[in-house]
Amino acid sequence: MPESALPARTRKRITPYQIAQVVIGLGFLAFVAWRLYEVLVVERTYGPDTWLKFAISGLIIGSVYALITIGYTLVYAILRMINFAHSEVFMVGAFAGFFVFEALKSLPVGTGEHAFIEVYPIPSIILGFVAGIATSMVTGVALERIAYRPLRGAPRLVPLISAVGASIFLQNAAQLMFGPQRRTFVNLPALDRNLGWTLTVGEKPVLITYTGVFTFILAIVLLISLYLIVQRTRLGRAMRAVSENKQTAALMGIDVDGVISRTFAISGVLAGAAGVMWGIHYGQIHAYVGFIPGIKAFTAAVLGGIGNIPGAMLGSMTLGLIESLGPGGLGMDFQLKDVIAFSILVLVLIFRPSGILGEVLSEEKL
Amino acid sequence: MPLLEVRDVHTYYGNIEALKGVSLTVEKGEIVTLIGGNGAGKTTTLRTICGLLKPRSGTIVLDGKDLARTKAHEIVNLGVAMVPEGRGVFSRLTVAENLDLGAYTRTDRGAIRRDLEMVLRLFPRLKERFRQIAGTLSGGEQQMLATGRALMAHPRLLLMDEPSMGLAPILVESIFDTLREVNREGTTILLVEQNAHMALQIANRGYVLQTGQIALAKSAEELQHDPMVRKVYLGID
Ligand SMILES: Nc1ncnc2c1ncn2[C@@H]1O[C@H](COP(=O)(O)OP(=O)(O)OP(=O)(O)O)[C@@H](O)[C@H]1O
Ligand SMILES: [Mg+2]
Repeated sequence: MPESALPARTRKRITPYQIAQVVIGLGFLAFVAWRLYEVLVVERTYGPDTWLKFAISGLIIGSVYALITIGYTLVYAILRMINFAHSEVFMVGAFAGFFVFEALKSLPVGTGEHAFIEVYPIPSIILGFVAGIATSMVTGVALERIAYRPLRGAPRLVPLISAVGASIFLQNAAQLMFGPQRRTFVNLPALDRNLGWTLTVGEKPVLITYTGVFTFILAIVLLISLYLIVQRTRLGRAMRAVSENKQTAALMGIDVDGVISRTFAISGVLAGAAGVMWGIHYGQIHAYVGFIPGIKAFTAAVLGGIGNIPGAMLGSMTLGLIESLGPGGLGMDFQLKDVIAFSILVLVLIFRPSGILGEVLSEEKL
Repeated sequence: MPLLEVRDVHTYYGNIEALKGVSLTVEKGEIVTLIGGNGAGKTTTLRTICGLLKPRSGTIVLDGKDLARTKAHEIVNLGVAMVPEGRGVFSRLTVAENLDLGAYTRTDRGAIRRDLEMVLRLFPRLKERFRQIAGTLSGGEQQMLATGRALMAHPRLLLMDEPSMGLAPILVESIFDTLREVNREGTTILLVEQNAHMALQIANRGYVLQTGQIALAKSAEELQHDPMVRKVYLGID
């Protein structure tokens, strides 16, 4: 091939990959349009009350995902690695909350007729969260020290493998220590999973659970705090500087290792809070409870644009809504919500690998 | 006793010996320049002084403290600030945030505000662009920002790596004027330059670095008249 022909040809050539992209994209759109038409127009399977229920549960799970997603995104922004053990940071937080609530349930107060958790419902909730948050924070920081820091400067794949190893290690350690069975979170007196406000939509009741509202509001408060920390504080500025260029950050007098530790601590705090919320709202935990929410949060991070904090929040809410509205909208079995979520991951990777808001690429050369 | 004394420093990149026993001193209040061709080791020398690289042997003493055994982020606290080669502004942060980061280790709020006013007076352009994202600044503006950011540390010793690189002659002139002014107000400067002509005009003394070794050490005046310097670095026969 003559060299002069090269530029012109590369500009015009349509690659098989692009053809595949278009075919997959059109096929997907046609499928979705057909199913939506069937469900919404022809069959009218669900009334507005059911759609509202779906949407509410989507917002709740989305807000929990957001707390976990932030952990992936912050660590990615600073170290350019996916912390695959983050789902286990979430899991240990859930267990810590579980054990604290169990202890408070069997802790007699005063004459011994009532348990602590009944007499002091609000302090009990606070104690549960403090325990979950502290445990996840320590786990996250220790993880970085032990599994990632010694590998700093190694090729990118190396800490990734270490992360997968740490994840499996933590799952198995949890199973050894806490047993293989599912554990049911206590139904807190102040936050009973079965109670809530009832709305009437089209003469049908829609229950909005207290735990759901609590989870959503607490998550939003934590997300706003996180955003303010990153945008407004000295630590946040240091984190953004380290994310852009570690050496220049050190020249400013920033202790880069310290900032990395604190990033893992913050990620742990949010994941721990999410773990306890998960237990309170959904009720059941086990050693592998982190796996699905973890991989969903990773999906949400990619969907929103990994490394991007508003993107993490947007991606999480979007994913939460898609997976709770999706099975109904497409007239599919509700077991398939995970399939829908992971199809989203595949589609994002095919069509917009940089995510909705796009990764803000760093100048740093790795 | 000099403010900075670098003695017999050897720095390696893996097995490559980039500095082969560099020694130099900077007295308090001086402007000292380090000139040399591409790959001579100028950047490596500055990065070794500010702690981003650790020498395999040799000592670097700032006011009695051994920098070779101090972490990079702690060296800032001892009064050393650097304007890195290629400026290295935080391009996603605003001008204001970049300047704030320059004063990261300081807690004396009043003095920080005075230094900020001083920097904005030296570089009025930065004042106009205060809330702008640094990545959108022009090259010259980024050089001003990187210099201003280093000054925000209120350094005793300012290390500058090729501030003239990629700038129009008129901007180079103005940056060098600023350096002179900063120096007059008490900051000692170690200036790395390929633009030997400009550097020798504002410096008190100079060193010529060749393949990791100091080839010449003289006053700026003498270097300007040195036949080898004139031929190789000033391009005058
Ligand atoms: N990261 C690195 N890894 C390996 N070798 C390096 C690295 N950085 C610099 N070197 C080598 O060290 C030597 C000195 O480089 P240095 O950057 O200090 O030169 P310099 O005098 O600043 O040159 P210039 O004027 O082009 O900036 C060069 O031979 C260079 O190739
Ligand atoms: Mg250089």
